[in-house]
Amino acid sequence: MFEHYLNIFITTVFIENIALSVFLGMCTFLAISKKIDAAIGLGIAVIVVCLITVPLNNLIFNYVLRDGALAWAGLPDTNLEFVELISYIGVIAAAVQILEMFLDKYVPALYNALGVFLPLITVNCAILGASLFMVEKDLMFGESVVYGLGAGFGWAMAIVILAGIREKLKYSDIPEGLKGLGATFIIVGLMSFGFMSFGGISL
Amino acid sequence: MNLNRYKEALFKPLIDENPITLQILGICSALAVTNNLTVTLVMCVALTSVCAFSNLFISLIRNHIPSSIRIIVQMTIIASLVIVVDELLKAYDYETSKKLSVFVGLIITNCIVMGRAEAFAMKEKPLLSFFDGLGNGLGYSVILIGVATIRELFGAGTLMGYEILPLVSNGGWYMANNLLLLPPSSFIIIGLFIWAIRSYKPSQVEEDDFALSKHQTNEDLTKRELNV
Repeated sequence: MFEHYLNIFITTVFIENIALSVFLGMCTFLAISKKIDAAIGLGIAVIVVCLITVPLNNLIFNYVLRDGALAWAGLPDTNLEFVELISYIGVIAAAVQILEMFLDKYVPALYNALGVFLPLITVNCAILGASLFMVEKDLMFGESVVYGLGAGFGWAMAIVILAGIREKLKYSDIPEGLKGLGATFIIVGLMSFGFMSFGGISL
Repeated sequence: MNLNRYKEALFKPLIDENPITLQILGICSALAVTNNLTVTLVMCVALTSVCAFSNLFISLIRNHIPSSIRIIVQMTIIASLVIVVDELLKAYDYETSKKLSVFVGLIITNCIVMGRAEAFAMKEKPLLSFFDGLGNGLGYSVILIGVATIRELFGAGTLMGYEILPLVSNGGWYMANNLLLLPPSSFIIIGLFIWAIRSYKPSQVEEDDFALSKHQTNEDLTKRELNV
């Protein structure tokens, strides 16, 4: 059992890395990776939000939205899958809002550290993408917890690595037009080629 | 009615303020759906229509949205539009819808839509916002179609499924470059696009955090020595 969960975790972090293999959350990934400190803060926020929202959406999918899932409420013929997207984004927006209020009241130190990044996370496609892939893979509740953790962790790892490279890169002599965004795109492309080498591994 | 403002809203995002290469918005889908021109075109149409109509609707009710819950209101409008597009696609072009998988759903969190709603539609008149949404959608499409054309033409020798460059494996002369079919190559192509656009429009070049000091030649050194 433990081994099964470990497999899911390793697969999501390395083989199907949400940033470098499926290319989700790219906007924040490219925009907020100039400094390692900021990247770590954002990474932690993504891990926390993924860990909360993916299992929550899993419960919603399995007990409310799925074809025939409302049988417990006496409605065996209802299929609410068409409101899937709107409910997931609602859950994510609400979870982020609640997390923000909770941190503000009980863990102000962490709140101040994450501050600006928390609201940004609602529109981070890595989070919504993780929920959608969770549905596509048809995961059980336990698996979805591990999947959420792995997805967040993989994304955080990738952004910290990129920030590290970009911090070194700012001392180098890059052609005028390629400075900043252009060079970052090419670096991410090369990193992503690197991560493809995990591709053939099956656990 | 000021026609120039409409023209500006429509055409400025194409190159001058392109959402992908300058505003860093909406990049995720730009990478994942560009290995085939047909799929890319469907995605571009989907995004452009969602962006234009969400801008229109949000702008229509902009004076009635309380600012504390505006994000959720915007999200709801965008998500409803995306659901409409998603269902239409499933009904009329199921094959493409399968290929796009989660990426149609991800238009909701595509920052172009959200960003334009927040930055433009909340302030401007409905029709102008509609054109702004249309323009930004087209700016996104221009880059995507460019990347997809390069990837499909040189990666598989075809365009929209029709053979343009006959492949060696089919008795032709063109050896396909399989590297271009791999997803990471689109990063590199977009990187080069940015380079091209910024060489053409130098005002978009980013400032250096640290400038390199000028290279000193022997001549400089001797001058300084002479001064001493």
